Amino acid sequence: MAEPTFLFDGEPTPYAEGQSVGAALTAAGIRSWRTTRVGGRPRGLFCGIGICFDCLVTVDGRPNERACLVRVANGMRVTTQEGTGHGDLEV
Amino acid sequence: MATSRSEHDAVVVGAGPAGLAAVDQLVRAGATVALLDAGHGPGGQFWRQPASGAPAPAGLHHDLGTYSRLVAALGRDGVRYLPQQHVWTVTAEGHGFTVHAVDRSGAEEVPVEVHGRRLVLATGAYDRQVPFPGWDLPGVMTAGGVQALLKAHGVAAGRRVVVAGTGPFLLPVAAGLVAGGADVVSVLEASPRGRWLREAPVVLRNAGKLGEAAGYLRTLAAHRVPVRTGWTVARADGGDALTSVTVARLDRSGHRVAGAERVVEADTLAVGWGFTPQVELAVGVGCRTRVDADGSVVCEVDEYQQTSVPGVYVAGEACGVGGAALALVEGRIAGAAAGRAPVPRRTSRRRAALRRFAAAVHRAHPVPDAWMDALDDDTLLCRCEEVPVGRVRAAVQASAVADARTAKLLARPGMGWCQGRVCGYATSCLTARWSGAPYDPTGLARRPVASPVTFDTLASG
Repeated sequence: MAEPTFLFDGEPTPYAEGQSVGAALTAAGIRSWRTTRVGGRPRGLFCGIGICFDCLVTVDGRPNERACLVRVANGMRVTTQEGTGHGDLEV
Repeated sequence: MATSRSEHDAVVVGAGPAGLAAVDQLVRAGATVALLDAGHGPGGQFWRQPASGAPAPAGLHHDLGTYSRLVAALGRDGVRYLPQQHVWTVTAEGHGFTVHAVDRSGAEEVPVEVHGRRLVLATGAYDRQVPFPGWDLPGVMTAGGVQALLKAHGVAAGRRVVVAGTGPFLLPVAAGLVAGGADVVSVLEASPRGRWLREAPVVLRNAGKLGEAAGYLRTLAAHRVPVRTGWTVARADGGDALTSVTVARLDRSGHRVAGAERVVEADTLAVGWGFTPQVELAVGVGCRTRVDADGSVVCEVDEYQQTSVPGVYVAGEACGVGGAALALVEGRIAGAAAGRAPVPRRTSRRRAALRRFAAAVHRAHPVPDAWMDALDDDTLLCRCEEVPVGRVRAAVQASAVADARTAKLLARPGMGWCQGRVCGYATSCLTARWSGAPYDPTGLARRPVASPVTFDTLASG
């Protein structure tokens, strides 16, 4: 059986059962998956336990999920988030 | 939207050592209990279990026998264990309390209300942070976050890691990283070694703790990891992620020694300055707080762990940071008292001894003032709202602001997603320094909605 993967910005990325999105991305050597609203600065895991909201990411189309809390599932689509994560709503 | 509602003798919030111990005692006393916790499984931060369901590696965990015994109690009659519940507020109602949570165990969020005649809050703590130039770079993480990656996911946060800050927690984090295959470049403990010698009388009476620390130090020595006391992180640098850390030596008063700096290559920096207790649920239901020796806002409790609100008990870090052993004892006392069972004198004596030890740790590991000297105007104070230090200082000085809450209202630090959990301590310290007013962290400890919820959930409450 092929090892389970999720998609990070379209790239198949491996993970271990039960891992959070943030842990799987860190294990894959990926450090950031969001840019900030004001400065456009990259952000990834900081507190790692759901307190700081720095690791926000878009999961299966839902923006602003905490990568440190959401568990990866096979075929899950994780995408880099820009600004508020509601790019389609901005004018 | 469906809201489920149920009644119990007691509701316990938090499934770390304090909450689990409280549930155990409540069950023994014959009470019906609901235990709500945000995690996927019981254990909290201290006993965080591998997410894979595999057994926890013994090297990263302590006292797993106690953990297994307490978790077994969750299966007994009269206990409802509800994981993945994000509690956002508690209200006093009729003859008890209603805990309002969002159930995130399914695909959709479901609002939940759980009622109990008595309430035990064992909400724990998270790493305390202070800003420094570059602290928002990916690769800079809290020490607790690095530990969580190791414990739950078996992932080392980086390859070349610097561990910095103050407090005994830095040692297990560094030792865990080494065991996880990372190259720990150095451990920087800001406190000078002499501070511990002053606490020797108290510390020597807690030989178990000394043995634990010695074990970590042996692991670090075996891997030739230098542990430098009296050193701190001065800044972090890199483009899109951390590539180097500037470290600096501190004098005895906690200020930087001019010229004593060096640059260390690293892809990860794990930093922690003690812990900030989570008191918002208790504050929200009216419990009186005090400022503890470490500068944290904590709940006032009596000898039975009861707060100023009759029927509300607090145990563990939320009534004073003291570690897992103290949390267990306080949880036992709170559970027995909330279950109307007697508290053994031996347990009360053990609490007193562990509190003396916690106080010694606080005295030995203050946050040195050096971080305030090292800030640039464009160093972010609030990471969420991207508010730089200079903007907050200008607001404080221009409007003669003397408290952190007004600084927040004028310049917006603490207004973002995390509600000031990360920058609240630093904003309180800086406002005091710039205004000359006394340090007061209480203004930034109120959070009426403790966890983000949708408008639908708010409207359903």
